[in-house]
Amino acid sequence: MILVTVGMQLGFDRLISAMDALAPTLGMPVVAQTGPSRFTPTNMDAHNRIAPDKFEKLVQQSRLIVSHAGIGTVLTAQRFGKPIILMPRRAELGEHRNDHQLATANKLDGRSGILVAMDQTELADRIADGLALKAFRSNPDSGSRQLRSTVARFIETGHL
Amino acid sequence: MGRATKRVLAAASGGGHFEQLMLLRKTLELHDIHFATTDRDVAVQHGITGAAILPDCNKNRPFRSAWCGIVALWLVIKLRPDIVISTGAAPGFFCILAGRLVGARTLWIDSVANADKLSMCGRLSLTFAHKCLTQWEHLAGDPEPVFRGALL
Repeated sequence: MILVTVGMQLGFDRLISAMDALAPTLGMPVVAQTGPSRFTPTNMDAHNRIAPDKFEKLVQQSRLIVSHAGIGTVLTAQRFGKPIILMPRRAELGEHRNDHQLATANKLDGRSGILVAMDQTELADRIADGLALKAFRSNPDSGSRQLRSTVARFIETGHL
Repeated sequence: MGRATKRVLAAASGGGHFEQLMLLRKTLELHDIHFATTDRDVAVQHGITGAAILPDCNKNRPFRSAWCGIVALWLVIKLRPDIVISTGAAPGFFCILAGRLVGARTLWIDSVANADKLSMCGRLSLTFAHKCLTQWEHLAGDPEPVFRGALL
């Protein structure tokens, strides 16, 4: 199963409609969290909002996640070792307040388990790449250990 | 009389901000930790039942932001934390502002999503929080924001 998500806050119909068009060609069911959407998918099992516990189960069951370039979904995908394809929202198309998702996608592209489709025309190829991925390890967390110890020190001392 | 552990308020909006806070959870839970977020379901999914709920808001929703500021202030006055930490976004920033008013030490951790520039609340935190961290080395400034690793 492929899980499509645009988060819960903002719609992203450019991704949802592109995935709905691709769904019949993918050879497996596609489940989508569409957010507030004006588009009615016909080829996917679509929901405006999936409750967090159900969403986490779907992540575990999925082979691949196709998502807006939201950090929450990236972290969830990494937590369960699932490959994820990111398509950034664009401010000029009214899809977000600014273009930070473009920067996120550019910076994360190439990390293990993370693929980027800059727009809907790249989705089919990236999905094929993602399904072909062998098992991957998420990045070693030395940077995250450093940040955690910095936070621990700040709590103890009030300084970094 | 001093307390053995610090009372910490950790605030983050539902979604990516809260996921980042959860990656700090083991560190935070060594103390008297209190969470605040904007989506009760998201907190419950992580097994946190007592989280304070803040109204979600952003700069495009001034009235809701004002309401969120009042709720954050009320929370902080009740809780009297020693430390306030936020991984974003605007509701967490209001907790930091409120924390300043009750004498807490305050730490803003700019979201790893802000890879090409600090968020607006991050820029405000350079002034209003005691310390401001970025999770991207190329965004580190002199002296702030400080880079000390990233959660992703």
